[in-house]
Amino acid sequence: MASQRKLPFWADAILLPGLNLLAAFLVSGLVIWGLGEDPFEALSLMIDGAFGFEEGVGYSLYYATNFVFTGLAVSVAYHAGLFNIGGEGQAMLGGLGLTLAVFLIGDASPVFAVLLAIVGAATFGAAWAFVPAYLQAKRGSHVVITTIMFNFIASALLAYLLVGPLQRPGGQMPESADFPDGASLMHLQDLFEVIGFSYESGPLNLSALIALLCAFAVWFMLWRSRFGYELRVVGQNHDAARFAGISVTRMTVIAMMISGALAGMMGLNELLGEQHRLLGNFTLGYGFVGIAVAFMGRNHPVGIVLAAMLFGALYQGGAELAFEMPNIQRDYIVLIQGLVILFAGAMEHLFRDPVEALFRRVGQRRAA
Amino acid sequence: MEFFTDLILLLDSTLRTATPLVLAGLAGLIAERSGIVDIGLEGKMLAAAFAAAAAAAVTGSPWAGLGAGIGASVALALLHGWVSIAQRGNQIVSGMAINIAVAGLAPTLANFWFRKGGQTPLLDDEARFSAITLPFADALADVPLLGGLYSELLSGHNLITYLTAAIVPLVAWMLYKTRFGLRLRAVGENPEAVDTAGISVTLLRYQAMIITGVLCGFAGTVLSTGLGGGFIRDMSAGKGYLALAAMIFGRWKPVPTLLACLLFGFVDALQGRLQGVDLPLIGEIPVQFTIMLPYVLTVVILAGFAGRMQAPKASGIPYEKDH
Repeated sequence: MASQRKLPFWADAILLPGLNLLAAFLVSGLVIWGLGEDPFEALSLMIDGAFGFEEGVGYSLYYATNFVFTGLAVSVAYHAGLFNIGGEGQAMLGGLGLTLAVFLIGDASPVFAVLLAIVGAATFGAAWAFVPAYLQAKRGSHVVITTIMFNFIASALLAYLLVGPLQRPGGQMPESADFPDGASLMHLQDLFEVIGFSYESGPLNLSALIALLCAFAVWFMLWRSRFGYELRVVGQNHDAARFAGISVTRMTVIAMMISGALAGMMGLNELLGEQHRLLGNFTLGYGFVGIAVAFMGRNHPVGIVLAAMLFGALYQGGAELAFEMPNIQRDYIVLIQGLVILFAGAMEHLFRDPVEALFRRVGQRRAA
Repeated sequence: MEFFTDLILLLDSTLRTATPLVLAGLAGLIAERSGIVDIGLEGKMLAAAFAAAAAAAVTGSPWAGLGAGIGASVALALLHGWVSIAQRGNQIVSGMAINIAVAGLAPTLANFWFRKGGQTPLLDDEARFSAITLPFADALADVPLLGGLYSELLSGHNLITYLTAAIVPLVAWMLYKTRFGLRLRAVGENPEAVDTAGISVTLLRYQAMIITGVLCGFAGTVLSTGLGGGFIRDMSAGKGYLALAAMIFGRWKPVPTLLACLLFGFVDALQGRLQGVDLPLIGEIPVQFTIMLPYVLTVVILAGFAGRMQAPKASGIPYEKDH
């Protein structure tokens, strides 16, 4: 029944995501209206907060950097047919690996510490994804449930470390000591200044460029390498993969570990770029935002970068909105997230089927 | 004797903490038996917990709370049903979307209505399903052994906990002894056969989702108006996922699912009792580690004992008629 004929590229890549987003925003707007506020005023406040001034843009892109990491993480697993909702826990463990690396050699060599921190973040994130991946591949334990459990476990583990062995000496808060001087990623505004150009971009830092590099690497891996092809085959059809001699077990584990490594690198932006210490709750649900970003971006790195920027703007604009409208708090952004996942991820057919039918009819008329 | 008292207290809180798990576990069971995977138990529970606490706070009646909780939960269940049945959408993604949307919407509404930073006001005793003392519980308390069992362990729970004890056999009876139950099990295994017999797959699955919604409504209501005295942000704390794991461990069958939920409830009760206790040899376990226990147990169960379980064959697969 479904047409084999593909939609033109622009309809698939722009029109459909646009319609999904519009539907999600429409519902979100209705909620704002229900809360007794003016949706259009809210929208303009958000746009103003996200793009209206230099630091706003900086913050939007800063949040977007987090979401590129977590969005890529979700999508790599998704291409292998796995739904990794453990980005939150993997990011926490990544932050831990990063912190340990920094404290290990930060005093001796800050530059080397930053490099080791990147490796530490990726390794710990990957390791945290390994157990659920292995259990899924070998024991058939549902990866969605186990990764969620690993989020809770990671959160408790971090809470323990930050009021115990890793707590700032003499401190009361669940946070580590400050990183040694120099063991951080440069703010882009400082970099701009070096090249004689002034832009107050707030906390935006070199991690943004690392995130873009990761996006390119993921694209190359998935669509330009034999490994990525095999990964996608596993995601499409286990039997076909086995028939072609691809080990589903091995691919499941590797895909999840790459996914975990990407989620783990979120700490580069938050911790190494801005906070310069490990905080108990630094992930703030950004791992879950990755799900919305991946679906919105149609699981393609370019789409993910764009969707991450959209969500970065939503988070920054939402913070300003919460400041201006007392009935709307930051929780509201979480609702938008859920709606985007619903419309872009689960209700794909809602717009795809009518649009395909429309194109078919137009096509037939042209042919006639 | 002190050990005996401790044990009774532990089992008493096991029954308490297991109540929402059993209800949610049965909810997941009905959904999956009909062929719909429902990872959104968590969101439905949270929505019901909020709606129940809000309605109970406004009206002062726990029954209004129960009604609102069930209403909210059934609405979400039907949304998930519509996405899964009519839209042929990805059921895992839909469930997750509902969980996230509710985690955002509930505190937003709580803040809008009550201005308490995303919580609902503390409920009075009259607005809650509070402890019910069974007949003669006080009189029998002094009878050795049995008196303690009766007055401490069996007496003093809230109404929904007692209802749950009745719901388990009711669900088992419905599933195995009624025509509806037979059809429900069939539609999760082989929807084509059900369709060929002239029975509507769509209708059966929507009916299953309504039952799922009602059960999750009870589970959420007991969280905020039975066990707790109001709605708190993220108060479901992963219980929906624990219930799913318990259901898998219970092989999609009501009584084994009940036992698995009791095990989870026991571990949860145990972790509460272990906090701050000096154990022989080990010493005092940091509270963060005892909190992990139910989550670690879930992973161990899914990995070790559950093994490769046979889920209902058609669960998670949208049904499409051939044309």
